[in-house]
Amino acid sequence: MLLAFDWTQLAQQTVIGLSAGGLWALLALALVLIYRSTGVVNFAQGEMAMFSTFIAWSLIHHGLSYWQAFFLTLAISFAGGVALERVVIRPVERAPVLTVVIVTLGLFFLVDGAARWFWSSETRTLPNAFSTRPITVAGVAFSIQDLGNIAVSLGVVALLFALFQFTKLGLALRATASNPDESRLVGIRVSWMLALGWGLAAAMGAVSGMLTAPALASFDQNLMQPVLLYAFAGAVLGGISSPFGAVVGALLLGVFVNLIGTYVDWIGTDLRLPVALAVILGVLLVRPAGLFGRASARRV
Amino acid sequence: MALLSVEGVTRRFGGIVAVDDVSLDVGEGEIVGLIGPNGAGKTTVFNLITRLYRPESGEIAFAGESLLRTPPHGVVRRGIARTFQNVELFGSMTVLEHVLMGRHARRGRRARKILGYVGVAAHAHRLARELPYGLQKRVELARALASGPRLLLLDEPAGGLNHEEVEELGGLIRRLRDDFELTVLLVEHHMGLVMGAAERVHVLDFGRRIASGTPAEVQNDPAVIEAYLGTTNG
Repeated sequence: MLLAFDWTQLAQQTVIGLSAGGLWALLALALVLIYRSTGVVNFAQGEMAMFSTFIAWSLIHHGLSYWQAFFLTLAISFAGGVALERVVIRPVERAPVLTVVIVTLGLFFLVDGAARWFWSSETRTLPNAFSTRPITVAGVAFSIQDLGNIAVSLGVVALLFALFQFTKLGLALRATASNPDESRLVGIRVSWMLALGWGLAAAMGAVSGMLTAPALASFDQNLMQPVLLYAFAGAVLGGISSPFGAVVGALLLGVFVNLIGTYVDWIGTDLRLPVALAVILGVLLVRPAGLFGRASARRV
Repeated sequence: MALLSVEGVTRRFGGIVAVDDVSLDVGEGEIVGLIGPNGAGKTTVFNLITRLYRPESGEIAFAGESLLRTPPHGVVRRGIARTFQNVELFGSMTVLEHVLMGRHARRGRRARKILGYVGVAAHAHRLARELPYGLQKRVELARALASGPRLLLLDEPAGGLNHEEVEELGGLIRRLRDDFELTVLLVEHHMGLVMGAAERVHVLDFGRRIASGTPAEVQNDPAVIEAYLGTTNG
């Protein structure tokens, strides 16, 4: 019985799961970044990433190569994220959390609607970022695309970690998230730090979108909606207050959802999203702070 | 001329007048105490000076120039640093990172030197939140010193410290003033500390300044005695 088990398939499906999970991790990290500084989940994060992906599509359509469009889109998305914070979030910076949540919901419809208005609703495709050839490692064939996605995701995570841990700007960003009043007193322009956080989050979402789209036969404006749900589930699993947790949570979820879809017949590919939602529910019931998050306590 | 001058400043919160037409001054190089019973408005005065609050009327000037046009994040650049009554530290930062943070806008002395000076160099790489309270207060002080301030505002530096630590603190504040060429404004409940360390004292009660003078003078001022002990009967 054990001998008949197909280890090759397990290895392949694990890598496919990590590949998807890595892209969810980037969006999850974007959610966590904004959650830590403003205390809300940005419901528009997925739509912002979708919008970025459409920008990349237009750039490629106008003759740029995939990677030229990739980096240009990153810059545009960063600027767009900063601008959104300045224009839309800044006025409600000191408003109650619920107000900000409603504003991000509004932003969801605004960005979604804008994308449908600029780009018609026909489906389109993005060229592959990596070769589609498989490569064989230890007798098991993996797709270069999956390995590339994993590498880019982990690379972006590493860059972000270095930014936060080793630069003066990163220190200021962390200080702002942790104690805004105190940060002002050491001379940090808190409000700009928040805008910068939105820029970074938008850029990470853009990476996620631009790598998610090529894996699909075609995509439309609904591209990032399932990804946002998976990212949210991953962030909740890892602990929404922990960047490290969000990455690990999204990767675990990627592998889990893919393996359960592979080995449990009745789940297949159709019921993967409900599995993610079950994970959210389960985590919130059993361990609300997630795997790596800190339980929030409040003095009353 | 005074380094810091507060002129007729008023701040209300709803119906409560937290600071009521208060004027006080701090001269260059002085150690000045700001005392008063609970709720007298001492911390509010600090928050007004550091621009966390905006006064409804009055003027606050530092080194001859108004502070009221300086944004909160610009106060430290003008040369004012502070500590808090309930230690305010950054969640996931080490002791060293706190001091580097203090140098964000303005560079004072080297971070390592300051850590040694306040006596927390041995804990440089530990999370500040994990240290005992007395050391956390030292970290906060180090962060304030790292910005190279001219005026240091200390909000209840003795709060939560044990007897020996308080004894040390008076000497430390005087040494700080001399070694860093500082001016110090000190909010404190601990009378022994204020009377020992401060050269001049302003007394607040119910948001108003009721007395100013040397520690000996204010200690014998009837208005001050009344504020602290309640109504005196002859």
